[in-house]
Formats: sequence, C-alpha cells, structure tokens
Amino acid sequence: MPKVAAIGSKDVVLAFKALGITAASVSSPDEARQKIHELAKQQYAVIFITEDLAESVSETISRYKTETLPAIIPIPGASGSSGLGMKHVRANVEKAVGADILFNNSKEEG
Amino acid sequence: MALMNVNPTRMEMTRLKRRLKTAARGHKLLKDKRDEMMRRFVLLARENARLRVEVEQALSGALGEFALCSGVMDPAMLEEAVLYPARTVDLKIGKANIMSVDVPVIEVDDASLQDTQLSYGLAETSAQLDGAIEGLANVLPQMIKLAEIEKTCNLLADEIEKTRRRVNALEHVMIPDLQDTIRFITMKLDENERGSLTRLMKVKDMIAARDNN
Repeated sequence: MPKVAAIGSKDVVLAFKALGITAASVSSPDEARQKIHELAKQQYAVIFITEDLAESVSETISRYKTETLPAIIPIPGASGSSGLGMKHVRANVEKAVGADILFNNSKEEG
Repeated sequence: MALMNVNPTRMEMTRLKRRLKTAARGHKLLKDKRDEMMRRFVLLARENARLRVEVEQALSGALGEFALCSGVMDPAMLEEAVLYPARTVDLKIGKANIMSVDVPVIEVDDASLQDTQLSYGLAETSAQLDGAIEGLANVLPQMIKLAEIEKTCNLLADEIEKTRRRVNALEHVMIPDLQDTIRFITMKLDENERGSLTRLMKVKDMIAARDNN
C-alpha cells in the first residue's frame, strides 16, 4: 500500500497525524536524513518535509529527485512559507528551459 | 572542427556517410522530442507554480490554526487526541509515460476523504482543533496533486536537460565532424586520382619519346 508521510518538527507533524498521515518528528537534520532513506525504502509515495528541514538536507532530497517515487515535497511550516518550495519550482524551469520564464507570472500571483 | 582518425579510403567514406545519415536523423528526432517535452513542461510548470502558491497559503493558515490549538490545549491531551486518527489516506499510484519519461500518477482514494468522524472526545479538546483538522483535510487533496505535478516537473526537467545536451552534441560536434571527415576523404581521393593521372600522362610521354628515338 503506497503511503504518505510527513517529516518535520513535532508540532507540525502532529497536525498531519490527525489526517492519518505517517508522521515522523525529527529534531536534527541527521535524523531527518535517516528518516527519508527509511521511508523511501518502505515504498512511501509522497513525503512532505517542512521547509526549514528541507533546506538542511537538500543533498538527500536531490538524490531522490530523479527517481519516480518517492516525491519529496517541501511544505511551509507553521511560521509561514520561506519561499524555498517556489525556489525549487523555479530551479526546475531554469534547468529545463535555460532561463526563468515563469518568474514574472509567479511574481504577479504570489 | 576535429577530423576523425580514419583511413582515407572509399570504404571508410561509405561508412561515414551512413553514420552521418543516422546522426542527422537522430538529431531531428531528438529535437522533436525536446520541443514536445518543452511544451508539456511549460504547461506543467505553470500549473505547479499556481498550485504551490495555493497550497502554501492554505497550509500556512491551517497549520497556524493548529498551532493555536496546541497553545490552548494540554500538549499531552493533544497528542492523545490525534494518536489514533479516524481518517486514513489511501493513495492510488499509477504510472504515466510522458515522452518516454516514467512519471507517477498519484490519486487520493475518495473514500478515505469522506470519513469525517472525530476520533477524540469532545470534552478534553478545544473546538479549534476540529476546525484545524477540517482545514488540513481540505488542503490534502491539493497537496497530493502538488506532489504529483512537482515530481513530474522534476523528472521532465531532468530529461529535457539530457535531451538538450544530446541534441547539442549531435548538432555542434558529431555532425560537423562527420561532414568534415567526409570532405577530407573526398579531397584526398580526388588528389590521389589527379596524382595517378599526371603520372600516367608522364609515363605516356616518356614512352612516346622513347619510341620516336
């Protein structure tokens, strides 16, 4: 059964636990890294990770970037978005197109 | 502009010409692939950016509310309340193929979303918790959708980059090199022919001069 998981600080993942999402509360980047590998091995399809953690374990995330699953998605924490997720989207566009063609659009929207 | 290290023979030239033909054909195909992938990618990337803005806004709101609850409620109680969730998230995972890139198709099982029973007693929990969880549950389908699209974008971007490199390598290295080498062999063969022709003429002159004497 493919599943969803959330990695983040305790108070954030608790919220996801109420939805039936596997919640992994971690306190350090090392722990998060280990958890990501563990979850990926267990065939989790989607792993949400809070932005502050995603930033510190970016190399682990990029390792799974070219695999079909799991999809590791940075989400904003309780303190609001730091723009990291959007940065990833933009980096993608830049990588594919060679220039940031969405920048103006997304600026208007957000 | 680098000549390949080949023997200037007719056979080698035939071989190279065949390779040039394959390279040109491959170049055209890859270019088409790149263009189509780019078209799809731009559509997806736009959707991705839109969805992310939406999800981030909704999620910050819902999580903020949840943080408020945890302020109001006893932490142990809160943990207890969400310990055995009534909801489960069931996903259906499929695979789609976009221009020979395997991308996941992730769908939330609708049945798992319908269940809105509360899994905790009303006495110990704050009323805000209900709202916060409700709010989160509403964002969840969008989050899953975002996960699917973002992953697809990641994979496509990677593949586009690879394809673009291949196209460029063919266009700017492989094909010019082959053309140059073929031209070199043609020149060399022509030169040899001219060489042997003049030699023959010279020999003929020599023979004519000897016979006249």
